[in-house]
Amino acid sequence: MGKIFAVVVVAIAIATAYFIVGHVYWMPEDISVHGHVIDEQIIETTAGAGILFLLGQFVLAAFVFLYGDSKGKRKLKAWPGGAKPLIWAAVVLIGIEILTLSFIGSKAWGAVYFSPVDPSALPIDVQAEQFAFYFRYPGPDGRFGGTHPELIDEGSQNYFGLDPANDVAARDDIVVASLTIPVNKPVLLTLHSKDVGHSFYVRELRIQQDFVPGIMIPIHFTATKTGKYEIVCTQLCGLGHYNMKAYLNVVSQDEFDQWLKGQSSGQ
Amino acid sequence: MSSVTYPQSTARADAVSARVAASRSLTLKASHTAIWLAVCAIAMSFAALTSALIVRQGTGMDWKPFVLPPILYLNTFLLLTSSATLELARKQIAGAAANSQSETRLLSHGGKWLYATLGLALLFVLGQTLAWHNLAAQGLFLATNPSCSFFYVFTALHGLHVLGGVLGLLYANRRLTLGFPFATASPLSVAAVYWHFMGILWVYLFLILRIRM
Amino acid sequence: MDQASTQKVVPHHEPPHSFIRKYIFSLDHKVIGKQYLGLGLVAAFVGMALSWAMRIHLGWPDASIPLLSKLSSNGAPGGVITPEYYLSLMTMHGTIMAFFVLTAAPLSGFGNYFLPIQVGAEDMAFPRMNMSSFWITFLGFILAAATFVIPDGPPISGWTAYPPLSAVGPDAGPGQGWGQNLWGLSIACFTIASLLGALNFLATTLDMRTKGMTLSRLPLSVWGWFITAALGLLAFAVLLPCALLLMLDRLAGTSFYIPGGLVLSDKLQPHTGGSPLLFQHLFWFFGHPEVYLIILPAFGIIGHVLPTFIRKPLIGGWRVLTACMVLIAFLSLVVWGHHMFVSGMSPYSAMLFSVPTMFITIPSIIAMLIWIFSLYGADIRFSTPSLFSLGFLSLFVSGGIGGFFLAQPSIDSYLHATYFVVGHFHFTMGMSAVFAIFAGFYYWFPKMTGRLMNETLGKVHFWFSFIGMYGIFMPMHFLGFAGHVRRYSALVDDYLIPLIPTQRFISIVALIVGAAQLVFFFNFIWSYYKGKKAADNPWEATTLEWDTASPPPFDNFGGRHLTVYHGPMEYNVEGSKGDYVMQTSPEPIGEKT
Repeated sequence: MGKIFAVVVVAIAIATAYFIVGHVYWMPEDISVHGHVIDEQIIETTAGAGILFLLGQFVLAAFVFLYGDSKGKRKLKAWPGGAKPLIWAAVVLIGIEILTLSFIGSKAWGAVYFSPVDPSALPIDVQAEQFAFYFRYPGPDGRFGGTHPELIDEGSQNYFGLDPANDVAARDDIVVASLTIPVNKPVLLTLHSKDVGHSFYVRELRIQQDFVPGIMIPIHFTATKTGKYEIVCTQLCGLGHYNMKAYLNVVSQDEFDQWLKGQSSGQ
Repeated sequence: MSSVTYPQSTARADAVSARVAASRSLTLKASHTAIWLAVCAIAMSFAALTSALIVRQGTGMDWKPFVLPPILYLNTFLLLTSSATLELARKQIAGAAANSQSETRLLSHGGKWLYATLGLALLFVLGQTLAWHNLAAQGLFLATNPSCSFFYVFTALHGLHVLGGVLGLLYANRRLTLGFPFATASPLSVAAVYWHFMGILWVYLFLILRIRM
Repeated sequence: MDQASTQKVVPHHEPPHSFIRKYIFSLDHKVIGKQYLGLGLVAAFVGMALSWAMRIHLGWPDASIPLLSKLSSNGAPGGVITPEYYLSLMTMHGTIMAFFVLTAAPLSGFGNYFLPIQVGAEDMAFPRMNMSSFWITFLGFILAAATFVIPDGPPISGWTAYPPLSAVGPDAGPGQGWGQNLWGLSIACFTIASLLGALNFLATTLDMRTKGMTLSRLPLSVWGWFITAALGLLAFAVLLPCALLLMLDRLAGTSFYIPGGLVLSDKLQPHTGGSPLLFQHLFWFFGHPEVYLIILPAFGIIGHVLPTFIRKPLIGGWRVLTACMVLIAFLSLVVWGHHMFVSGMSPYSAMLFSVPTMFITIPSIIAMLIWIFSLYGADIRFSTPSLFSLGFLSLFVSGGIGGFFLAQPSIDSYLHATYFVVGHFHFTMGMSAVFAIFAGFYYWFPKMTGRLMNETLGKVHFWFSFIGMYGIFMPMHFLGFAGHVRRYSALVDDYLIPLIPTQRFISIVALIVGAAQLVFFFNFIWSYYKGKKAADNPWEATTLEWDTASPPPFDNFGGRHLTVYHGPMEYNVEGSKGDYVMQTSPEPIGEKT
C-alpha cells in the first residue's frame, strides 16, 4: 500500500509540474510597460515554489516507499541530527527565498503603485455599477464635469449623474461603454463605484484594482500592444457579476484621435 | 505542574465532603482562569470597536461631536463605588472565614455590601439609560451621526455586560449560600475580577468618547 | 492499568438517568463531542450537496436539477439554477463548510470528546457551559439552514459578506433581505458558542490535568486544541463587533460601512460617510486567524496520529511542533491585509502585510519537515487513519505552495479573485483539514464506539478522495494562471469559453469524489452497529484515551485517578519491554522530557 501511495504521489507531482512548466494553462501575453517585472516575479516564484513542491512530494514518497511496514523486522532509526538541521534548512532556505522575492516584488509593486503619473497621461473616469462599466473622457475642454448621484438616470443614459444644463464642464464629457486608449501612451484611470464593490481586471495589463464605494482610486499604466481585450469584474457585486465586463480597445494614436473626434462631434 | 492540592482533611472524618471540596476547589481554580480569559476576549472586542471608531472618524469626514451628558460622571462614580462595596463584601467573607471553625460550611452570603453593589450596578444602568434619554431629547439617535452611533453602541454593549455581571454576582452569591470551602478564594472573587474589569472598561470607554468628541 | 492510584474521585456531576439528559441535553463532554461531530457530518453533507449543485451548474448551466425546483421555485425554476441562486448556494456552501464543518468538527467535536480524556480529567471544566455551546451552535446551523426556506432565499454576498452589497438591504439583490439577516444571526450564534467553548478548552487544559500530566507530557492533539482555543478567543472576539456593526447598518440606519451617494435599484441610499474597507479590516482580522483555527487542530491530530502508525516519536519531540503551532498562531494575527492587497488600502500597507505572510511559511515548512523526516527510518503501518495522515502531508505541501504566490502583492494582483485562490484554500482547508478530520474519525472511531470501521471501505474512500481531490483542485490553480475569475455563476466571457471543458472535467471528478464520501457515510453508520468489535487499544497507542474502555465509562476512567509517567510518543524506546510504553505505565525508561 505504501509503495502504491509513493508512486501515486510522484505521478501527481510530475503531472502538476508538467502542466505548469509546459504552460498548458498560462497567462496571456503581457501588454503593459510594467507587466514584465510581474511576469519575472511569477517565473522566479514558480521556480522556487516548484522546487519546494517537487522536493516535498518526492521526499515524502521516497520515505513512504522505503520505510513501509516491515512487521517489526526492520530496526528503526532516527533522522540524523534531529530537528536542528531541518529547522536551519527551513529558516535559511525560505529566508533567502523570502528576501529575494520581497526585493523583486517591491520593484514590481512599485512599478504599479509608486511610479509617478506622467503629467501628459490621458485621464479617464471609470464608473462601475451593477452590472456594467462606463468610461468618461473629459472632452475638448480637458475638464471633467461634476457628478451628482441624485441625477443618475439609466433610462436617459446619464450614468454619471452629469448636469450639462448647469455645468459647463460637463457638456462635452464623452461617456462610452468600452475603454478606448492609444497605444504607448500613459493613461490615468480614476475608479469609483455607483453602488457596491466591484473590481477592474485586465489580465493582459497585469492590473487588478477594486472599486471601493466612497473612494476615488487612481491607477495608471501604459499599454504596449494594440488589440481588443476584456475588462472583467472580479469583486462579487450581485447576480450579474458573471456578466459584468467591458472591452478595452488599444488602438494607434491616429485611430484614437479619430475616434475621439467622432465621439465629440456626435454629441 | 501537579494537578490539584486538596485542602487538609478536617477533624471530622467526612471523607465525601472533603472530596466534594476538592472538586469544587478545582472548579473554582478553573473559573478563575476562565474569567481572566473572558476578560481578555471582551477587551479584544472593545479594542476592535475602538479601532472602528478611529477609522470611521478619520475617513468619514462627517463626524459631529456632541456634549456628553453630564450624568455620565455620576454613573462613573456609581460604578466605581460598586467595585469598592464588592471588595468590602469580600473582606467581610474572608473575615468570617478566618473566624469560622469549619472549612466547609461557612458564611451564608455576601451580606449587605453585596446588595449595595447590586444596587449601585442597577443605578448605573438606569443612569446610562437616562443619558440616552438626554441625547434623544436633543434629537441625537443611533443613526443620527457616527459619533452618536458609537456612543450608543459602546454604552449599550457595556451596559449589557454589566447586567451579565449582575447575574454573575447573584450566581456567585448563591454558590456561597450553598456553602463553600476556601482558603482565599470564593466564587465571589471570580465574579469580582469581572466586575472590576467592568469598571475599568467603562472608564476607558468614557475617556475614549471624551477625547474623540 | 495504574494500580497505585485507585482513589475514588467524586464525579463532577451525577451520571444522567433520563433519556433527555443522556442524549439530548447532556453535560457529558463525550456526548457533546459526538453531537458536534454529528452536526459536522450533517453540515458536511449539506455543504457537499450545495457544491454538487454548483459544479453541475458551472459545467452545464442549462442543466435541470429537479430537487432544487422544489426547494426554491424562484431560485431554480424548472430546476435550472439562476445566477442569483448560484451565488446563494455558493454563499451558504462557504459559510456552512468553514464554520459548521471545518471549525466545529476537529475542534469542538474531537476536542470536546478527547481533550478531557487525554489530560486525565473526568469532564470539561464547565459542563453546563459546554452543553450551551453545542446548542447555540446547533441554533446557528438551524438559522443558516432556514435561509433556504424563506421566500427570498439565502444571501448572495459570499461567506465574506462585503458591504455595501451585504449592508444596504434588499435593494442590493435577492437574498439580501431576511436571508442576510438570518445569516448574521447564525454567525453571531456560532461566534458566541465558540468563545464559550474556547474558555472551556483553555481552563480544562490549564487546570484539570491529572497527576503527572505536565505540560511537557501533553499529547500534540491537546496542544493543537489549546493553541486553537487561545487564537479563537482573540479572533472571534473581533468578528462579533464586526457583524454587529453590519447588522446595525442593515437594520438601524447607521453608516459604519456604507458611504454616501450610492444608487442601488435606482434609489439613492440614505447612508453617508461609512467605510467598506473598515469592514474588510475587521472581517479579515478575524478571517485570517479563522483559517488557522481550521488547520491547527488538524496539525495537532496529525501530530498525534502519525507517531502511532510510524512507531516512532516525531523529530524534536513535542517542543518543535508545538513551537511551530504557537508561532503560526501569533503570526496569523498580523497578516490579515494579504486578503486586501488590491482592495484600495495603502500600497505601503500591502508591503507591510506581505512580509509576515511570507514568514508564516517558515514554521509551516518546519512542521512539514518534522512530519516528513520522522518517516525516515520508521516502520509505517498502512491502515486507513495512517493513509489519511500521509495524504494530509502531500496535500498540505501542495496547498502551502500556492500561498507563496498569493503572499506577494504584485503576483496577487494577477491571481486575486481567480480560481487560483479557490484551489489554494480548498487544498489547505477543504482537503488537508478534511483529511485530518477523516484520520481522526478512523483513528478514534474504535474508542468512541467500541467497534472498528471497515478497512476495505476506508481504503476505497481514501484512494478516491486523495486522487479525486487532486483532480478537482489542482486544475483550479491552472485556471487561476489563465486568469479565470471566481464566483462567476456562468462562463460567458470570451477568454472563459475555452476553459469550459476544464470546468466540466472538474465537475465530473467532483461528483465522483462526492460519491466516494457516501462510502464513508455508509461505513460510519454500518460500522457503528455491525463493525468488528475493537479492543481497548487496537492501534497500540500510548495516550490516556487508550487506557480506558471503548467507549469510555461516564467518568472516563471508571473511578480511577490516573497518574502519568511518560510523554505521549514513547514508541520503540531504548530499554523498554515492548515497542511502546503507555503514558500511564509506571515502567521506568530513560527519557528526557
